[in-house]
Amino acid sequence: MSLFDKFQPIADIQAELQALGVMPFGAVTEKLLSPTEAIVDGHKVILAGTNNYLGLTFDPECLEAAKKAIDELGTGTTGSRMANGTFAGHVALEKELAEFFDRKHSIVFSTGYAATMGMGSTLAGPGDVIVLDADSHASIYDGVRLGGADVIRFRHNDPADLDKRLRRLGDRIDNTLIIVEGIYSMMGDQAPLAEIAAVKRKYGGLLLVDEAHSLGMLGDHGRGVAEAAGVEDDVDFVVGTFSKSLGAIGGYCVSNHDALNAIRFAIRSYIFTASPSPSVIASTRAALRLMQERPYLREQLWDNAQRLYDGLKALGLQVSPEVSPVVAVTIKERNQAIDWWNRLLQLGAYVNLVMPPASPTDNSLLRCSVSAAHSPEQIDRIIEAFATVKNAP
Amino acid sequence: MPDYNEYLERIFDVLKPFAKQGILLNEESELVTELGLTSLQVMELIEQLEDHFDMSIPLNILPDVRTVHDLALALEKLNP
Ligand SMILES: Cc1ncc(COP(=O)(O)O)c(C=O)c1O
Repeated sequence: MSLFDKFQPIADIQAELQALGVMPFGAVTEKLLSPTEAIVDGHKVILAGTNNYLGLTFDPECLEAAKKAIDELGTGTTGSRMANGTFAGHVALEKELAEFFDRKHSIVFSTGYAATMGMGSTLAGPGDVIVLDADSHASIYDGVRLGGADVIRFRHNDPADLDKRLRRLGDRIDNTLIIVEGIYSMMGDQAPLAEIAAVKRKYGGLLLVDEAHSLGMLGDHGRGVAEAAGVEDDVDFVVGTFSKSLGAIGGYCVSNHDALNAIRFAIRSYIFTASPSPSVIASTRAALRLMQERPYLREQLWDNAQRLYDGLKALGLQVSPEVSPVVAVTIKERNQAIDWWNRLLQLGAYVNLVMPPASPTDNSLLRCSVSAAHSPEQIDRIIEAFATVKNAP
Repeated sequence: MPDYNEYLERIFDVLKPFAKQGILLNEESELVTELGLTSLQVMELIEQLEDHFDMSIPLNILPDVRTVHDLALALEKLNP
């Protein structure tokens, strides 16, 4: 027995992959040609799984803002938000986020992971209760485990199951935090938030929604699933990330609860880590503004999503339950998924390979995500690559 | 409230279809290492027990649960 024994299953899979000559979890992006094209492991590919939903990573205004911030403020803040790491940009971004979400308070974190994990671990502690969707992201699970509250899962996207679980809590509902996502990261399906909010209204508790994959995509202003479902008043906390539609890195939480001002200084993932670099804050602020100024990006994104979804479905592939910027193809056999992933890469389509336990079921996934920056021709080439792989097993 | 033995009986009932063929269930059966339950199956087991007893079983009890006996004991503690 040694500390290393528990890693043997991972080492076994690595060895298996090496024997097959594929390294899906170590693929190196050698050169970026645009937000949607790159050289990966020597292959010129269309980026078909990047979460770069609005394609803003190379937007001239974002680049310019980041460069200016580097020149004026340097490469890093070298400190925590609570010590020396709060610059004017961090405060300005918090104000802009609060305005965008039409909420009183907001907190900027160094990553989306730190935001979700931090809120989940801090809001509910020992003696409190967390009721979360079973398919929640790892950052949510990590947070709630760290916090020490009683953690109860409800069946994915099943408001009736949530109802049953809240009913069983009795008086404990007053100390309960419900956590769901807006668009789920792996399958791209949306939470039935209107129904979930109705269950919350019936019993009580607080509701936190992780809109990591829905910011800029849904709702009249692009505020996400809560806005699209018309239930923002029922959502106590929205958390999310700058690493997807805003093309940078960092996270946020917004809320109307005045308690957020005190909560901020209890969140360890906010206090004990350095704040985002000035250039990151600057490009995020630019992207947040552009997202609001260019609602057509959202239309392009959904057109592309529909095109990819229809194309892959027409090939007879098992795609996600609903059209979304995340289109996941389910492949039962792990080795087939690995083989397809590898051949897709060689054919010029770089998608995400997801294997259990990261996938929500025992199956593997070839997860695609589209960008507003994809051209229809690029989407068609992704579909063609899938067709080629499927027709030559 | 149900007692230890009622929990035990129910766990055996729910486990039967999950457990690997040919393995005899008893109190000391280990859920993961012996019966071969995947983490998804453990969740299903928990869900079925929650529904049957109309109770909440928080995930935090799981690190202390290795055997069928551990689980029955944990349920009894949750619902004294
Ligand atoms: C639902 C969800 N929450 C949180 C995160 C973490 O965000 P980040 O990668 O920006 O740290 C992600 C993405 O990885 C996610 O999909």
